[in-house]
Amino acid sequence: MRLALRTPVFIFFSLAMPLVFLFTFCGFFGRGKPYAIPYLLASVLALTVMGSFWGLSLQLVTYREMGILRRFHLAPVSAGALLASSILSNYLLTVPTVVVQFLLARWLFHMPSWGNLPGVVVMVTLGIVTFAALGLIVSSVTNTAQETQIINQALWLLFLLLSGATLPLPLFPGWLQKVAFYIPATYLVTGLQNVLVAGTSVMHLGADLLSLSVCALLAFIIAQQLFRWDPGEKAPRRARLWAASTIIPFLLLGAWETHRGSLRASAQSTFRSMERQAAPEELPH
Amino acid sequence: MSSPVIQVENLTKSYGSVEALRGVSFEVQEGEVFGLLGPNGAGKTTTVEILEGLRSADGGTARVCGLNPLEAGLRFKEEIGATLQSTALPEKIRVREALAMFSSFYGRRRNLQDLLRRFGLEEKRNAFYGQLSGGQKQRLALALAIVNEPRVLFLDEPTAGLDPQVRREIYDIIEELKQEKKTILLTTHYIEEAERLCDRVAVVDYGKVIALGTPRELKQRSAGTTRIEVRLARAPQDGALGKLEGVTDCKQFEDAWVLHSTRVPATIVALVKQLESDGNELASLEISSPTLEDVFLELTGRKLRD
Repeated sequence: MRLALRTPVFIFFSLAMPLVFLFTFCGFFGRGKPYAIPYLLASVLALTVMGSFWGLSLQLVTYREMGILRRFHLAPVSAGALLASSILSNYLLTVPTVVVQFLLARWLFHMPSWGNLPGVVVMVTLGIVTFAALGLIVSSVTNTAQETQIINQALWLLFLLLSGATLPLPLFPGWLQKVAFYIPATYLVTGLQNVLVAGTSVMHLGADLLSLSVCALLAFIIAQQLFRWDPGEKAPRRARLWAASTIIPFLLLGAWETHRGSLRASAQSTFRSMERQAAPEELPH
Repeated sequence: MSSPVIQVENLTKSYGSVEALRGVSFEVQEGEVFGLLGPNGAGKTTTVEILEGLRSADGGTARVCGLNPLEAGLRFKEEIGATLQSTALPEKIRVREALAMFSSFYGRRRNLQDLLRRFGLEEKRNAFYGQLSGGQKQRLALALAIVNEPRVLFLDEPTAGLDPQVRREIYDIIEELKQEKKTILLTTHYIEEAERLCDRVAVVDYGKVIALGTPRELKQRSAGTTRIEVRLARAPQDGALGKLEGVTDCKQFEDAWVLHSTRVPATIVALVKQLESDGNELASLEISSPTLEDVFLELTGRKLRD
């Protein structure tokens, strides 16, 4: 098992270096704004972390179509080991970028505090794992690289626009805010905002942590069950149903949230506290 | 105690409406190099994939080292090595990385330096997979197949698409592997390969084994007869060729007639006389001692495309 875990790291390092540059670029781009760094850093980190699912899903589908996974199937490698090691190598690749962004935010942009560091570590790790797992789910139901790209694009847009990563949640109309809490990405963003801006400790992260963890676990198990080694083996229809079930935790949470509104409220207060910290002349009108 | 290492009984497999295997049976003993010879689409690859545990059979049994490949799981895969019909590896992986990676999957490992040297890949150890030539890729595939010191090796069309020169290099490697007393199951549609490398051969066509034996035994089936391949300017009279002196068998395929004769000189003379009286002409004439190709031809009425 440990043996198998070591493996895709080689491949990723020789293939994926350009990807790392891409992420760094995104990081810089996101940092162009002058005010309220911790809040923005949350968005930047969230985007970086969410990017996980792109590369992973595409890579797996491509490998499958090329017949590479087939060759692995001949060896004593289990689907679980393969999936776990892809998540691991994805993690190892994303972490340096996150660290760089964090340090730059502090030194270059004078972010006032570190926020709750353990909390940040937990959220980032959880985020990477969850979104990587979601990527694995995507790859279990698509058959070609093209299909994968399309689905990735769609999901990415959804995450980008609705999670509060680009436009802050409190600025959405009420009904849209409710909708936002049905998406996994939103929990990541609010979670990061909480640890960075409000310095919330890990204990209090509650809903964010729970939803992401459950999603990650569910996604991993389902991805493992649905795993296909051979090219051209079409994903059975029920596979898509199974994949969709990873959304269940979020449907539940979204409904709960609509009813309770506590997360929305905390997102609001985080936003307000950020605004208060900003210099008066920089407040948006 | 010599139970066969590979045992296949009445394997059947269909892909939708296409019957790929219609009852394949054979056994392979330890240390043997066993060939599955047949044209493309005969069911060779399907059989091997079932034995490797990559596919499930619809019916019949397949056992390797006494285990059912599909159910024996990871433990089974430790014991086997294989090359696929087309090996695919990531373009950017280095040769030594590929070896290290695959070897990390197994409990038992060979020395990687030795492997590199033995397969002539030492100079290319840092090259990317995408940069290798066809022959080098195949050598790497073979190296990867034995990285775990397997008991059984499955080689699916190991020299397909390679130059004759490279093919011979691969044959040398396979012969070395033979010396190591590995059990090897080889599929091919090249006669020369089957004749040179295999201890025993099963001739496969349309999902069935139509002949089984050592190359020599199989050739002796057309023994006592010499093969004459004749091309004529015009089609001969119906059945005329079959009635020539000494001819035991006469089959046509494409534009040639293949006769088998027990008395070649008499047949030739009779042939020439026949052609003269018909006003026909001889376009070409080939006389050869029987090969596995003939065996195949006899059994199926078709040529084994080479």
